[in-house]
Amino acid sequence: MASVLPYGCFTHAVVRGIPETFGKVDNEETTTDLAKAQRQFGVLTGALRQKVGLQLIEIPADPELPESWRIEDVAVIQGDTALITRPFKQQRRREAEAVRRVMSELNLTVVELGAEEGGSVGATLEGSDVLFTGREFFVGISSHTNHRGAEVLADTFRDFTVSTVPVCVGTRLKNICSMGGPDTIIISNSDGAKKTLRMMEQLTDHHYEVLTVPEGAAANCVYVRGPSKMDFLLHPPTEECPDSVPAFQKLTDYTLLPTACSEASKLGGHLSSFCLLINRKPYF
Amino acid sequence: MTTEVGSETEVKKEPEKAEEQPAEPERPATNQTVEVKVVEVAEQSNESPALATDSAEAKENQEEAQPADNATGPEGEEPPASPPASEKKGISRFLPPWLKRQKSQSVVGPKESQVTPKEEGGVVLVNGEGEKAEQAEAEQTSSTTAAEPQVEEEQVNGEADPEQKEEVNSEEHAENHSTGSAETQPAKEEKASEKSQEKSAAEEEKKETEEGGEEKKDQEETLKPEGGRYFIKSPLKLTKKVKMVMCHVIMLDGSQFPCEVEKRAKGQYLFFKVCETLNLLEKDYFGLSYKDNADQTCWLDPTKEIKRQICNTSWQLAFNVKFYPPDPSQLTEDITRYLLCLQLRHDIASGRLPCSFVTHSLLGSYSLQAELGDHDPDEQRLDYISDFQIAPSQTKEMEEKVVELHKTHRGMTPAQADTQFLENAKKLSMYGVDLHHAKDSEGVDIMLGVCANGLLIYKDRLRINRFAWPKILKISYKRSNFYIKIRPGETEQFESTVGFKLPNHRSAKRVWKVCVENHTFFRLMTPEAPTKAKFLTLGSKFRYSGRTQAQTRQASTLIDRPAPYFERTSSKRISRSLDGAPVINMIEAQDSAPTSVGNGREPGLELSSDSSKSGKLRVQGENIYVRHSNLMLEDLDKTQEDVLKHQASTSELKRSFMEDTPETRPSQWEKRFTASPATSLRLQAQGRSPPPTTQEPLSDLTVDTVSKSSDDKQKSDETTLQAAEVEIEEMVVVEAIRVAPKGSVTITTPEVVVTPETEVKKPEEEVKEEVKEEVKEEVKEEQKRPVSVSSDSHSESEEEAGEYHPQVTVSTSVEQIKEEPEEEEKEEVDDHEEPEQVAEPEPLPEVEVETMPSPAVVEETPMAEPETALVVDAPAEEERTEDILVTPEEAPNGHAEDQPGLVAVEEEEEEEEPRVNGDVSHAETERIPQVICCSEPPVVKTEMVTISDTFAAQKTEIATKEVPIVHTETKTITYEAAQLDGSGDGEPGILMTAQTITSESLCTTTTTHITKTLKGGLSETRIEKRIVITGDSDIDHDQALAQAIKEAKEQHPDMSVTRVVVHKETELAEEGED
Repeated sequence: MASVLPYGCFTHAVVRGIPETFGKVDNEETTTDLAKAQRQFGVLTGALRQKVGLQLIEIPADPELPESWRIEDVAVIQGDTALITRPFKQQRRREAEAVRRVMSELNLTVVELGAEEGGSVGATLEGSDVLFTGREFFVGISSHTNHRGAEVLADTFRDFTVSTVPVCVGTRLKNICSMGGPDTIIISNSDGAKKTLRMMEQLTDHHYEVLTVPEGAAANCVYVRGPSKMDFLLHPPTEECPDSVPAFQKLTDYTLLPTACSEASKLGGHLSSFCLLINRKPYF
Repeated sequence: MTTEVGSETEVKKEPEKAEEQPAEPERPATNQTVEVKVVEVAEQSNESPALATDSAEAKENQEEAQPADNATGPEGEEPPASPPASEKKGISRFLPPWLKRQKSQSVVGPKESQVTPKEEGGVVLVNGEGEKAEQAEAEQTSSTTAAEPQVEEEQVNGEADPEQKEEVNSEEHAENHSTGSAETQPAKEEKASEKSQEKSAAEEEKKETEEGGEEKKDQEETLKPEGGRYFIKSPLKLTKKVKMVMCHVIMLDGSQFPCEVEKRAKGQYLFFKVCETLNLLEKDYFGLSYKDNADQTCWLDPTKEIKRQICNTSWQLAFNVKFYPPDPSQLTEDITRYLLCLQLRHDIASGRLPCSFVTHSLLGSYSLQAELGDHDPDEQRLDYISDFQIAPSQTKEMEEKVVELHKTHRGMTPAQADTQFLENAKKLSMYGVDLHHAKDSEGVDIMLGVCANGLLIYKDRLRINRFAWPKILKISYKRSNFYIKIRPGETEQFESTVGFKLPNHRSAKRVWKVCVENHTFFRLMTPEAPTKAKFLTLGSKFRYSGRTQAQTRQASTLIDRPAPYFERTSSKRISRSLDGAPVINMIEAQDSAPTSVGNGREPGLELSSDSSKSGKLRVQGENIYVRHSNLMLEDLDKTQEDVLKHQASTSELKRSFMEDTPETRPSQWEKRFTASPATSLRLQAQGRSPPPTTQEPLSDLTVDTVSKSSDDKQKSDETTLQAAEVEIEEMVVVEAIRVAPKGSVTITTPEVVVTPETEVKKPEEEVKEEVKEEVKEEVKEEQKRPVSVSSDSHSESEEEAGEYHPQVTVSTSVEQIKEEPEEEEKEEVDDHEEPEQVAEPEPLPEVEVETMPSPAVVEETPMAEPETALVVDAPAEEERTEDILVTPEEAPNGHAEDQPGLVAVEEEEEEEEPRVNGDVSHAETERIPQVICCSEPPVVKTEMVTISDTFAAQKTEIATKEVPIVHTETKTITYEAAQLDGSGDGEPGILMTAQTITSESLCTTTTTHITKTLKGGLSETRIEKRIVITGDSDIDHDQALAQAIKEAKEQHPDMSVTRVVVHKETELAEEGED
C-alpha cells in the first residue's frame, strides 16, 4: 500500500480563488496587486487543467478569508486520506470547511486534526510545512507547525515514516524545498535549507536526487506526472528566478511550465500554496 | 586417517542417510549434527544423489555409520514433525551429541598436546566449577593435551556413554536412544582399535568432534557443553543427571509444538528441531523468543543453554521472525515467505506494525486470497471475514473493503498472494523495526527502533533521528545507559557519542544485543569474530554468531529442493487468537517486544553469564576451526589432535568444496592475483561477499593499519584488562590481549585458548582462578568466552559493560577507510577488516582462496579448484609464508579414501605444525580466532558460511597436512584441470553433488558435479574437478600436474581449466616441495 505509486501521480487539483481581500492580512497593507494575483492564479489553474491535464476543482473565493487561496495549508492528502489540518492562525481555521466538503465529495477519507486534538493549545499543522516524497513525510517544525501536529499526521498516515526536520525561523518547509520528481527534491541553496536538507538526508532511509537551485524563490515547484504519463514541472519563470531556470532544464524529458507567482510570494506563498493535488485513481 | 575419513564420510553420509532413512530416532547428538548438516548439506545433498553413494562409503569406513543412521533418523522424523517423534529425537539426539562432543574434545586435546598442561588446569578448574562445564568443554576440546587429556577424555567418554544410556533407559524414549548409543559406542571402539589409538573413547570423541566440526560449530557447541560438563564432573554422575524437559514452542500459525529436550540443551538444538518440523531451510531470519522475569520478550541465544536463559519453570517459547528481510522477494522459498507473512499478520493484528485503513484492507485481502483462494460470491459472506483478524480494531467497513479487494485478486495463487502481501507490508515504515522505550539525555521519552538499516529514534510517532549503521562506530551499554558513538559528519571534526537511558540495565543490554545482532546480520558480510577466550573478559562478549543476511542469501541460492508442501493455517490461528487463546497472546506479546535477546539474568550476572555462554558457544563452535588455526600456526607440533583436526578439516573441505566452490569462484581469480596477506581474509569475506575488487584493496590497506592499531590497543588493553578482570563484572577483561599483543588481532577464540600456547593459557588459568574465587560463575563464563571482544582491541571495552564496534574496524584507520568508500564498500571493508585483523596481526597471512564462479548455464567448468590456501604465517619470527593450499583436495582424499601415504604425510605435517604453532603461537592464535569467527557464523545454516568456514578449516588443515613445516612457499598456478574421476553425478533437475575421489599415489582427483535446476526449468551443471597432487619432496609436481591436466583434458575435452594452483611448501628442516 504504502506508496504503491511514485510521487507525482495525480488526477485532481483543488484550488481556491483569490479573494478581494488578497493581501490584506492582519491589517497589514502589502503592495500586492490583486488583479495580477488573479491573473497569475488563472495561469496556474489553466496550466494544471490544460497542460497537465488534471481535473480542476475550484472552490470559490471567500472575502471573509483573505488567506483562503493558500489551500495547501488546510489539508494534507495522501492516497485517499485527507487530513484536515489546524492552521496556526485562529482566523484561518474556517478555511477548512469548504475544503472538507470537497474532500468528502471526492470520497476521500477525511481525518480531522482539530477533532483529535480538540484543544486550543494543541496541535497545529499547516500543509506548507509538510513535504510528502511519495515514500515518507517530512514535517518542518516551524512557527506554524508543532510536534503535536506532526504526531497527528504520523498517526493519520501510518504507513509512512514521518520525520520532523527543523526549518529556519520565518520560513516554511515548502519555501525551501519541494518535489521535482518521484525521487528528486528541489531545494534552495541557502544555508538554512542546506541545514534542513542535511537533516532530511540523515533521517531518510531512501536516496533522493537533490536539485539545488540558487534562488530561494525557485525552490518551490509543482511536479505532476499527469494522466498522460508526462512529467510536468511548474516553476517560477525566469523573471523571478533567472539563475535557477538552467537548473530546471537539467531535468530531462520534463515539460517545464513557467508559472508566475510573484504576488503570492510577497505574502510568503509559493506555487504549491495554490493547490491540493489528489490522486483518485484506484491504485490496486 | 581413518578417523578423518570417517568424519568426513559421516558428515556427508549423515545428511544423505537422513534423507534416505527417515525413521530412526537413534542418537540425539547425531541427530543434531545431522540436522545441521541436513540444513546445509541437505540442500546440496538433496540435490545430488551421488552423495548417497559417498555416504555409503563413509559408512563402511566409519563407525560413524551409526551416527549417520541417527542423522537419517532425524531427518526422517522431520517430515512427520509429530510431537512424539520429535521428543524421541530430542532425547536421542542429546545423548549422541554428548558422545560426539566428548570425542571432539578428546580429539582436540591430542592435537593440541602442547597446550594441554595449561588447558588441563583450566579443565580442572572447570570441573570444580561444574556449572561451567561448557567452559571446561571448550577448553578440553581446544586444549586437550596429548596423552593425559586423552585419557581423561576417554574416561569421560566412557562414563558419558553409560550415563546417556542410563538416562535413556530411565526415560521412555530411552530405549531407542540407548540402543543407538550402545551400537555407536561399540562401533566407535572398534574404529579406535583399528586406528590403534590408545583409547577408543578418545577416538570416538575425535570422530565426533570431527563430525561436529564439519557439521558446524553449533552442533559441537550444543553437544560439547554437555559432554564437557560431564567430563568435568564425574562421568557417572553426569549420565544420571541427564534430564529431559518438555518445551512448548508456539509456532507462527498459533499451534503448539511440544518438544522434549535435554535440560542442558542449547537454544539451537530446540531451534533446529522447530525448523526441522517446519521444513524450513532459510531459518536465519527466525529465532526463538521467550519471556523473561520482567515479562520482556527475549531472543533465545542459540549458543547457550536454554535452561540458563529461561527463568520460568514452564519452557514456553515462541518461534518468531528475528530479522525481517528488507526485500522478502529475495527469499528463496515460498515457505519462508509464508512464515514471514504469518509473523507480519501477527504484528499487524497486534498493532505492533501500524497500518492505515487502506493498508489493513489490502493486506487482509491478500491474506484471504492466500488462505481461502478466490472469492466465492455464493458462499462467502462478510461473516467469513470476521474470523480473520486483519487489524487491531476491525470495523465492518474495513471488512467490506477487504472483501471488495479480495474479489480483485481472483486467480492469484497463495504464493502470489503472500508475495503481494509482503511487497506491500515491507514498505510500511515500521516494518522490521524493533522498538524499545528509552529516554534521551534530557529525560524525554523516546523510542529506539532497531532495524536493518540502523538505529531509529522516535519521539511519539515521529522519527526525530536516524543513525544508519555506517554512521555508528561503536555500540555500548553501561548500567542502564545505551551509547552509540557516531562517526563525525562531513563538517564535523570529532566523533560524538549519543547516550540513551533505558529503564534498567537489562533493557539496555537487550537493546545493545539487538543492535549487535541486527548490525551483524544486515550490514556485515560475515559475522564478527567472536572475542577470544584466552584472556578473561568481563562484560558481555555477546556477538551474533549466526549467518548474516548475505551469507544466508548465498546459502539460499543453493537450495534446490522441490517446494515443500505446507498447509496454510494462519486463518485458523488468527481465529484462535480472537478467541483469546493463550498461544496467540504469547505471540502478540512477543511481537510487541520481540527485540530483546535473552536477558534472563540480572545485569551483572547476565553480563558475565551471557558473555560466558556466548563465549562458550562460540568456542565450541569455533573449536574445530581454532584447532585448525592452531595447527596452522603451530605447524611444528604434530599430534593426534592435529590429525583429528585434519580430519575435521577434510570433511569441512568436502562440504566447502561442494558448497563453496560455486559461490566463491568468481572471487578466486582476484584473490589469486592479489595474493596479498589481506587476501586470505578476503577469501573468507569473498565467499560471502561477491565484490572482490573493492575488498582486496581495502583489505590490504586495512590490514596493515588494523594490525598496528590492534597491537597497540591490545597492549594497552592487556594491562588494563588484567587489572580489571576481577574487579568489574561488566568490564571486559581482555585476556586475549595479553597473548594477543603478538597477534595484532587480539581476538582469540576459546579454542585458541586451549591451544598449546602456554602463554595464552597461563593468563587464562590465572584469570580463571581468580575469578573462581570471587565470581565463580561469572568468571567461568568469562573464561570460557575468552573469545572476547578483545580482538577488536578496544580498550574501551573495559569501561563499558558491552561494547560493540559495528564497523569491526579495530583501528581508526580502518574506520576512515570505511567512511570514504560507499556503504557497500564499507561493509566489505568491515568484513575484511575483521578477518584481516585476526589473520594479519603479525605475519600477513596469505590466504589464497580460489573460488571459481560457476558458469551458470550448463557450462561445465572443470575446477582446478578452489583451493584456499590460508597462509597463516607467523611472520614475526620467521619468514614464513605458510601456504595452506589444496585444502579441498586433501580433505576429500583423506576422507574418502584412507591412503596410508597421504595419511602419513598429513600426520607428519600435523605434528610439525604443532611445533610451529608453539613458535608462532600468539600470532597464530589470533589469526585463528578470526578464521573461527568466519567459520562460526556459517556453521549452522548458511552454505556460504559453511563454505567459508570450511575453506578456512580446510586451509588450516591443508596447511597442516601439506605444509607442516614452518617455512612454506606457496606457489599458485592456475591451469585447466579437467579430469574424470568417474563421478558424473549430476542429475538434471536436482542439485546433485557427487564426489568421486580417486586416490592415486600422488594425485587425488575430486570431481564434483553440481546440477542445479533453476526456476525457469533451466538446468545448470557445473563439473568441478580438483586434482590435488600431494607429494613430498620426491615428487615432481610439475610433471604430475602436467599429467593430471593432460588426462583431464583427454577425459573432458569440453572442460576448461580454470585454475591451477600449485602450492609449494618448503619446510625449513624437512622437505621442500616445489
